[in-house]
Amino acid sequence: MTAVPVTSATSLRANRRWALIAAYACLGIFVVFFLFPPYYMLVTSLKTNAEIAELASNPWIVTDGVTFGHYKHLLTESSFPRFFLNTTIVTVVVVAITMVISVLAAYSLARLRFWGSGVLATGVFLTYLVPDTLLFIPLFKIVGWLGLLDTYWSLILVYPTLTVPFCTWIMIGYFGSIPRELDEAALIDGANHLQMLLKVFIPVALPGLIAATIFAFTVAWANFLYPLAYIYSESEMVLTVGTVTTLIKGDVFHWGGLMAGALLAAAPPVILYAFLMDYYIAGLTSGATKG
Amino acid sequence: MADVTLQNLVKTFDTVEAVRGIDLQIPNNEFVVLVGPSGCGKSTVLRMIAGLEDITSGDIRIGDLRVNDVPPKDRNIAMVFQNYALYPHMTVEQNMSFGLRLRKVAKAEIRGKVQRAADILGIAELLGRRPRELSGGQRQRVAMGRAIVRDPQVFLFDEPLSNLDAKLRGQMRIEIQRLHQQLRTTTIYVTHDQVEAMTLADRVVVMNAGRIEQAGTPDEVYHQPRTRFVAGFMGSPAMNFLNCQVTEENGHTVARLADGPALPLPAEQAARVRSYAGRTLVAGLRPENIREAASHDGGNSSGIPHDVSIDIVEPLGRETIVYFRLGDSTLCARVGTEVHPRAGEQTSLVFHPDRLHLIDPETDLVL
Repeated sequence: MTAVPVTSATSLRANRRWALIAAYACLGIFVVFFLFPPYYMLVTSLKTNAEIAELASNPWIVTDGVTFGHYKHLLTESSFPRFFLNTTIVTVVVVAITMVISVLAAYSLARLRFWGSGVLATGVFLTYLVPDTLLFIPLFKIVGWLGLLDTYWSLILVYPTLTVPFCTWIMIGYFGSIPRELDEAALIDGANHLQMLLKVFIPVALPGLIAATIFAFTVAWANFLYPLAYIYSESEMVLTVGTVTTLIKGDVFHWGGLMAGALLAAAPPVILYAFLMDYYIAGLTSGATKG
Repeated sequence: MADVTLQNLVKTFDTVEAVRGIDLQIPNNEFVVLVGPSGCGKSTVLRMIAGLEDITSGDIRIGDLRVNDVPPKDRNIAMVFQNYALYPHMTVEQNMSFGLRLRKVAKAEIRGKVQRAADILGIAELLGRRPRELSGGQRQRVAMGRAIVRDPQVFLFDEPLSNLDAKLRGQMRIEIQRLHQQLRTTTIYVTHDQVEAMTLADRVVVMNAGRIEQAGTPDEVYHQPRTRFVAGFMGSPAMNFLNCQVTEENGHTVARLADGPALPLPAEQAARVRSYAGRTLVAGLRPENIREAASHDGGNSSGIPHDVSIDIVEPLGRETIVYFRLGDSTLCARVGTEVHPRAGEQTSLVFHPDRLHLIDPETDLVL
């Protein structure tokens, strides 16, 4: 009688071991696959121009000695710091605008229950589905009409059209999962709508708020199409377009500088993700676990 | 503290009339329990008193103030919700003091009130914790604490014990009772659990289909139900209902149960129902009024024995619930532990007519 459970327990343990081995093998493959580009960027950025151009050299390792020349050039002799500053300004302002609009919109759509709020909530999401490659031409006219072409303010105006719908949608879901009794308790406690939003909804929905912030940050930081279409002066450029336009001269690619620039440009999102990853995952998966 | 008056209160959701004209006067300090089955409108009434639902028509007064259009925060009420509704990101202390902080009460005063409420509820050592670190019972205490610190005119409880297990429910019932004895605040308590209603209430208001069926002391609604609904709703196991006829036999007015014994009626009741002679009425008899033949505690002298066939037996330790068939109906009796009936057995049970309720099947009113 006792042999049966022992066998099944053993087989369960063996089963688990194999599952773990398979999981780690798959993870290993993915890690190599996804870390290959940043590794290649890092190695190339540390090579001298001569070594990069040398066809016979090993592309995977630095053989002729490590150089920080590309970084030095970027940071001291190019407009890279200007691009970085412009990008930071654009991103911070866009994230701020996005979060203010989408939190207020989500709160009213999720809770104030006015006529047509359901349709409006769906409509907000549908606008997100319109590809930005279609939008940039009509938006170009608007930006031009406002006299904002060739300034990064055009990006600050345009990016929220990409970020607000999605962030609003995330926040609607998150606010919707907060039990109604919590609003009612706050109402009886004497809170008005603004106090309820600031003191109850935002703190309770913090993971969702962080997820939305990261999304807005990523869009504003990494967008390529709009700055390419709207900005032509080096002093107004952001990282994505600035790095490429200043480091590719005709058909000459400054690979070392490009790689160094790409790595530096990728650093802020990576740092942000690393700190906020747990919140990000909790935010995006909240609907899956809460009733 | 204040009295609460509901006048012809009506609530309609789209086309559904959830509350259909409630009139109720709740004097200062009273503990009133609204009880009824799911969907009877009791929670809607409570939510209208709280200001969480608009009133379709009628009036609500708290003290001298008509509060129909007064927002919840200005009604000077506090509410305890079924699922506690604690703010998950705040500590117990912050949860309890939130309302006072919004009202800009002085910090020292807030601290004093929170400490006092925490002492009353025995949660002083939990003040620094967050709701997720508390058990269900502790959370409900915090929710009550949040209500107490506000020092409201009226406490509103919306099925506060429904999420707790049976043992904890018993404990919390006692605590709520103690709290009311201590604070004497007017309390309106909604539940579907008749045990809570009976044990807590100064006055029980039994509701059904958006109307009040009966309002009275627990004793009144149990022993003198006014309608068939109240008679059947209060008491567990529920009252037995079966058809009967009132007739004159040997100079006595008796209720002859369908396929059962003829139960002689007390003189006063007999006078009330004599005019129904010959008509089919519904007899209501509580399980405790059908006992074992050897019962020593049931006023045996007036009992009428009758042989029945036992269907199901439920031993509960201090008593045994016995289901048996009488004609087409299944009835329920409570017998003592000294007898050990078995399913399928023939036995004699004694019917005690002194608490027999006779109901007019056309009006469902108890005669």
